Amino acid sequence: MKEQTANEFDNRPEMAWCPGCGNYAIRNLMLQVLGEMRLERENLVFVSGIGQAAKAPQYYNVSYFNGLHGRALPAATGIKAANPRLTVVVESGDGDMYGEGGNHFLHAIRRNPDLTVIVHNNMVYGLTKGQASPTTPLGTVTPAQVHGVAAAPLNPLALAISLDASFVARVSVHRPEVMKAIVRQAIEHRGFSLVDVFQSCVTFNKVNTLRWFTDNTSEVPPGHDPSDRQAAFAMALREDPWPIGVLYRHHGRQTFEKGQKMYHADDTPLFRRRIDDAAMRTLIGRYR
Amino acid sequence: MNNQRGCTVVLGGEAGQGVQYIESVLVRVAKESGFHVFADKEYMSRIRGGINTTVIRIHSERLQAHVEGIDVLVVLNRGVVSRLGGRVGTGTLIIGEESSLDGGEGVAVPFAAIALEIGRKIYANSVALGTVCGLLGIDRDRMADQVGRQLSGKDDEVVRANLLAATRGYDLGVDLRRDKGIDFGLKPAADVAEHLLLSGTEALALGALAGGCNAVFAYPMTPGTGVFTQLAQFSREVDLVVEQVEDEIGVINMALGAWYAGGRALVTTSGGGFALMTEGVSLAGMIETPVVIHLGQRPGPATGLPTRTEQGDLNLALYAGHGEFPRIILAPGTIEQCFSFARKAFNLADAFQVPVFLLTDQYLVDSIATIPDFGGNPVEIDQRVVETGEGYRRYRLTADGISPRGIPGYGSGSVCVDSDEHDEWGRITEDLDGVRVPMADKRLRKLDGLRREVLDPELTGDPDYSTLIVGWGSTCGVIREALAALAVPGLAFLFCPQVWPLPETVAGHLARARRIIAVENNQAGQFADLLQRETGAWIATRILKYNGMPFAVEELVARIGGEL
Repeated sequence: MKEQTANEFDNRPEMAWCPGCGNYAIRNLMLQVLGEMRLERENLVFVSGIGQAAKAPQYYNVSYFNGLHGRALPAATGIKAANPRLTVVVESGDGDMYGEGGNHFLHAIRRNPDLTVIVHNNMVYGLTKGQASPTTPLGTVTPAQVHGVAAAPLNPLALAISLDASFVARVSVHRPEVMKAIVRQAIEHRGFSLVDVFQSCVTFNKVNTLRWFTDNTSEVPPGHDPSDRQAAFAMALREDPWPIGVLYRHHGRQTFEKGQKMYHADDTPLFRRRIDDAAMRTLIGRYR
Repeated sequence: MNNQRGCTVVLGGEAGQGVQYIESVLVRVAKESGFHVFADKEYMSRIRGGINTTVIRIHSERLQAHVEGIDVLVVLNRGVVSRLGGRVGTGTLIIGEESSLDGGEGVAVPFAAIALEIGRKIYANSVALGTVCGLLGIDRDRMADQVGRQLSGKDDEVVRANLLAATRGYDLGVDLRRDKGIDFGLKPAADVAEHLLLSGTEALALGALAGGCNAVFAYPMTPGTGVFTQLAQFSREVDLVVEQVEDEIGVINMALGAWYAGGRALVTTSGGGFALMTEGVSLAGMIETPVVIHLGQRPGPATGLPTRTEQGDLNLALYAGHGEFPRIILAPGTIEQCFSFARKAFNLADAFQVPVFLLTDQYLVDSIATIPDFGGNPVEIDQRVVETGEGYRRYRLTADGISPRGIPGYGSGSVCVDSDEHDEWGRITEDLDGVRVPMADKRLRKLDGLRREVLDPELTGDPDYSTLIVGWGSTCGVIREALAALAVPGLAFLFCPQVWPLPETVAGHLARARRIIAVENNQAGQFADLLQRETGAWIATRILKYNGMPFAVEELVARIGGEL
C-alpha cells in the first residue's frame, strides 16, 4: 500500500504557473485524491488541451495526452473507446473546454463516455494575457474587451444539466475538503462527470479573487436532491451566491463505450483483439 | 456497336426511381453469367428527382474504365436523352416509355402499363430490368434467381409480382434482340466465378479491416461516407468501434486518442471535412501518433459539386497541417488497390507513426468491378505496440527516428504525448538547440525509412517509349485502356500509386522520355507540378478535366492522340 507522504503521482516538476496561481492548489488536491483513491497508475490517463490549466497533466507522474486547444474531449473519448479499462481524467481550462471546445463539450455530454472532466474556471484567458473567456462576467474590462464584455457568460452547469450530463458539480479551491470529496465521487462515477472548479487568476483577474469566491459562494443546501433535474437546473442558475457541491446526478445512463456492441459483454481493449482470416474470408465471400 | 466483345448499358432516371435496383441485379446476374463487369455512376446532389446515370460495361475481359459510348440506353424518365447529349450515337439502342424518349428515336416499351397490368406501377423497374436481360441474352432463370435474392425479405406477393414483371420484360427483350439482329459477341470467361464483385467503397472498408482497423470515426460527407456506413454494417459481425462525431475536428482527435490507447482507427471524409482536420493532422505529426485518413475527393472549392469527381485535393493532402513532419499518401488506381492499400495503410501508419492518406475520389469509390479474390489469408496486421517499463521514453531518440510506441494500460511506464515541442519523455520543453532541433530531426529522419517502403510506379505500354504519359489515382484504368486502344509505338504510361513520398525510380522513368504528358482529373495538374519540383522534369503537356466527370476512354484516345 502506498504511503501518503511519497505520493507516486507526484513527479516534482518545474512548473510554468505564476506564483500564487490557483492551479497549485488544484494540483495539490488532485494529487491527494489520486493518492487516496489508490488508482492503478498504469491504467490512469490524463487528457488536456492547451492553456495554463492544460499543463496540469505534465505535472503529475501519469500517462497523458496533452493535445490541441479545445480538443481534449474527443481525444479522451477515443482513448476510452480503445480501452474502456482505463481511468480517463480530462483537466483543462474554461477557455479550452467551454470556448474552443464548446461543440465537443455539448456532444461529449450527449455521448456520455466514462470521463471525469475537471475544468479550471478562472473566468479569464491567462496564457494569452487577460482576454475574456466564455465565463467572464458581463461588463468586465479586459485588454481585448476594452468597453467591457458584451456577450452573456456561459453557464456550464446549467448547460450540462440541460443535456442530462450524468454528474454535474462545482467546487472551489477555497473549500479544499469539499473539492477533494467531489472529485473523488466524480472519478468513481460511471459516465461523463463535470467538475467546474472556481479558481483565481492572480495575474489577470482582479475581480474574481479568492476573496470573491469566498464571499460569493455557498454550499448546496442539504435538502437538495441531485436526482431532481429541474431542481438541479434551478440551482445551477443561482449566482447570488453561486452554489458549490453536486448539483445533478443521473445514475444508470449508459456510457458511450458500453454502447459499442463489442464492449457489451467484454471490455477487452482493442489492442488485445484481432480479426482472423476466417472472419475476414466470410465478409469477403459475400462479394463472390 | 462500340466493341465486339462486350456492351455498355446506361441506366438513366430520377433519384429514388430504381436505377440502383436495376443496376444491382444486372451487374450480379451478368457476373453469374460469366461476364466481367464494370459500373460507374454520376448523380445529382438530392434525395429524389434530378437525373442520375449508371454506366454498366459487360465484357469478356476485365476492364476498369469509364466510357462515353452507349450500346443500350434505358431511360426511366424524360430528360435523360437530352442530358446525355452527344453520348447517344447512331449505334445506341434507346429503350423507354414513349414519353421518356424526349421525342427522339428509340424503342418505346410500355414499362408502366405492363406493371399496372400486374398490379402496381412500381414494378416497371423489373419490367425494364427484364427487357435488358432478354436483350443481352442472359439466362432467364438466372435473372429470376437474382431478382428473388435482391428482394429477399419482402412480401411474397411483392416478390411474385416483380418476378412476373421481369419475365414479361424479358420476353420483350428477347423479341427485340431477334428483331434488331443484336449480337454483342459476349462470351463467358471461365475465371469470372472466382472473382469478387464489389465497389471501391466496399473494397476500402474490407481492406481496412484486413489491416487491423478496429475503430472508425466520421462526420457524414459525400463521397467519403460510404466507407463509414459500410464499416458500420460490418460492425454487426466484427470488433469495431463506430462513432459518428459532431464535426471533423472531433473526428480526427478521437481517432488520435484511439490510436494513442492502442486502437487502429480510420477517419473517412471529403475535401471540406478534411480541411477541418488539418490541425489534427499536424498534431499526429507532432505526437507521432499514427492515423489513417481516407480522403474521397470531389470538386471544390468549398462545397463545389458535392456528388461529382475530381483529383483536386492532392495539394491539400500533401500540405495539410502546419509545421514540418513526414506523411504518406497512397492513391489507389483500381478497386483491388482500394483493398490492398487500405490494408497496407494501417501497417505503414503503425510502423512509421505518421499520418497515412488514402486518396480516392467519387468515381473510384462509387465504381463496381469484378476483381480477383484477395486470397486465403487476407489479414495482414503488423502491430508494433510495445510494453513499457519504468522510465519509458515515448520519444526516445533513435537512429531511424522511430521510437518504440507504448500505450497506456500496457506496462508500468508513463506514455506521455504533447502537442508542444517535447523531450524524450514527452514533457514540454523550451530547450531550443538541446531538444527542439534533435526532436525535429528525429521526426523528419523517418522519411529515410518510409522512402524505402514506397510503392513502385507501374509502367505499361512500349518499354522503349519516347512519349510517357503520367497519371495517379483513379485515372489508372482509363489511361491504360486508352493506351491499348491507341496502340502507338513509342508510347507508355507510368502510373504512380504512391504520390508521397515519391519513389526514387520515378525520376529515371521521366528522364528517359523525350516528352511527358500528364493526365489528371483536375484543373491545374497538381501531380505534374509535384513531379517537376521533385524530379526536375518538365511537363508542358497536361490533359486535364475538371467538369466533375471522370475521363472516358474515347475522350482520352482523342486527346492523347491529338498530342502525338
